[in-house]
Order: sequence, then structure tokens, then C-alpha cells
Amino acid sequence: MKTDEFISLLATGVAPVDRHVQRKCFSRAITVGAIGALLLMIIVFGIRPDIREMLVTPLFWFKISFPFTLAIASLLLLIRLSRPDTRNISTRLWLAPAGPILVIWIAALAALALAPPAERLNLIMGFSWRTCPFNIAFLSIPMCVTITWAVRQLAPTRLRAAGAVAGLLAGSVATVAYCLHCPEMGIPFWGIWYLMGMLIPAVLGLIFGPSLLRW
Amino acid sequence: MAVEERLKALMLAGLDGDEHAYRTFLNELSSRLRAYVRKRLFHLHDEIEDIVQETLLAVHNARHTYRATEPLTAWVYAIARYKLMDFLRMRSRHDAFNEPLDDYVDIFSSADEEPANDAKRDIGVLLEQLPDKQRLPIIHVKLEGLSVAETAHLTGLSESAVKVGIHRGLKSLAAKIRLFS
Repeated sequence: MKTDEFISLLATGVAPVDRHVQRKCFSRAITVGAIGALLLMIIVFGIRPDIREMLVTPLFWFKISFPFTLAIASLLLLIRLSRPDTRNISTRLWLAPAGPILVIWIAALAALALAPPAERLNLIMGFSWRTCPFNIAFLSIPMCVTITWAVRQLAPTRLRAAGAVAGLLAGSVATVAYCLHCPEMGIPFWGIWYLMGMLIPAVLGLIFGPSLLRW
Repeated sequence: MAVEERLKALMLAGLDGDEHAYRTFLNELSSRLRAYVRKRLFHLHDEIEDIVQETLLAVHNARHTYRATEPLTAWVYAIARYKLMDFLRMRSRHDAFNEPLDDYVDIFSSADEEPANDAKRDIGVLLEQLPDKQRLPIIHVKLEGLSVAETAHLTGLSESAVKVGIHRGLKSLAAKIRLFS
């Protein structure tokens, strides 16, 4: 087909474009993904029995703010990564997901320094370190599906980065849901095992981004 | 700067559904893309038009991700670069797998003694190998002469899908024909 002919094929009857496609895609993906993670958490793991008490415990809110802020940082970055022209993404935006991680690590070091030496290992390992990362990765499955769908509606040009950040977003939303179940209250535990759980979908996104998001 | 402003105005009008402006935009864009691709792939001159069309299609399909506050040139450049890299990657993979075939091309090249009226049947056979979403748009638009809108209505595909189907279908038909000639 000649290029002229192809151009008239593309232009003929072209319809006005909805300028809010990106916002709609992401809000749908996050809503469905988050509800999916919540339902899976309730059905498979169950909400922690002392949740009422937790709702007035500042440490609980600090815990939930870790994945929550990480979700916001990765969402902001993903919004840019799912459109062409990524050269003007500021260094601050690239590094945004590192912020919550740094905060939790500093708090973890402080908690370790203040704890009696005999307690320290317990703060790090908790009692569920073996299963925690995998539980989080499991809860991220619905959001992995919906966010892949959303990014595929758009036009990412750096597929590995977009895949990794999309995975991180799915992992952090899943962790917010997991916080309502997980009884672990050691800050160092969150900084290691929660983070590992969130990195599982992120690494999968890094690996499969180029094939899943190609357009 | 003048080019950026003009193309941007045309693109924005196109996004609002102005067919004429959008066609002008794609036309201007195609000549710029051709120059861009040719400068980088001068040794692959047979493929240049293919990549230009592939990139135009990508721009068309991604047009909802353009934001009026951003420079249009940078947005188009990012897409062109992405498509060019994609093409080069596919090509190197393709070459790696298909290099030995070149030695046997001679065997296929003596097949043109077949009666000419087989050509139509052969196209039919090749068309049959395409998936429905490529085959039906080609049959309706290119062979039966229906409009894109009528074809979309008939097949239940979106107009955009009909356009993409024709493009991809014709490309893979061309590839199939090249393989046997």
C-alpha cells in the first residue's frame, strides 16, 4: 500500500479523541486491582482480629503509609512512563519510589538501635518472614492483570522501566491490603519482607515488560 | 519552531475530529519521518516506506496519549525512535533465524510457470491464512470496495481496528508473497 493511500485510510472518518483515556484506564485498573487484592486477602488470609484496636494505633498507620506512599510514587512515575517521550522525566520523579523505602529503613535502623539486643533478630524476622513476600505477590495478581491492561491501552516506549514500575505499583497496592491481615509490627520486618514481596511483581514486570507491553 | 507550531495546531484539530487537518498533519509528518528514517537506515532503502507507515500507524494509535502542554516534536520523535529500534531488533532476530533460507531461495524461484488464473486462487489461499480481523477488512475494503465505516459496521470491529487490520494484513500478505517469489 502506498503511503498516501495509507494516510487517507488513517484519516478518513477520524473520530474526536477522548483526552482522558489515561486517567480512566488507571482509575479502573487501580479500583478493580485493589478490590481484587482486598477480596483475596479477606477470603484467603482474613482480616486481623484486633483491627479495631489497630485503627487507633499510630504504628499501624505508619505501617500502612509505607506501601501507600510507595503506590502513589510509583503511580506518578508510571503515568509518565506510559506515554512516549520519557526524556523529560525529572530525576526527582525517577527517584520518588525510593523515598518511602528510605524512610522505612531509617525508622527500622532506629527501632533496631533502641531495642534490647535479644529482641533485634525477632524485629527483623518476625514469625512470618517465610510466607510474607509470597503472600504479597499472590495478592498482587489481580492488579498485575489490570495494570498490564491499562498500560497496554497507552503508549510506553521504555518497556522494561514501565513493566517494573507497574509491578511495583501492583505490589504496593497488594501490600496495603495485606497490612489489614498481617499482624507483624516490627518496622525492620516491613522494610525487608514487605519490600521483598513488592519487588517480586516489580522484577517480573522488568523481565516480561518488553513482551507484554510491546505495541 | 514554526514547524512545531503548525504541526501541533493540525494535530490538535485532528484530535478534535477534523479529518482534513489530520490528513494534512499525517502528510507533513510522513515526509519528515521519511527523512528521519532514511538518514538512519540508508542501507535498508527497501524498508524505509514500511517503517514510515508503521510509525504513522503508531502515532495514530497513540494519539490519545499526546498532551497539548508537551512539545509535539519530542512526542513524535520518541515514537519514531521506539518503532525504529523495534524494527532493528526484529530484523536482527529475523536474520539470525532465517539466514540459511537464502541459500535455498533459488528452488522457489522457478515456480512462475503455473497458469496465470491460479493467481487469484493463490491470493485466496494466502488470504485464508490471515486472521479474521485482517482478512475481513481486506476483503470488504480492498476487494469489495466498501468504506471503512461500512466494514466496521458489517464486521463489528471498530473503525480503527479495520484500518489496522488492512495495514497489517497487506503487510503480511506482501511478506508471504515475497517468500514464494
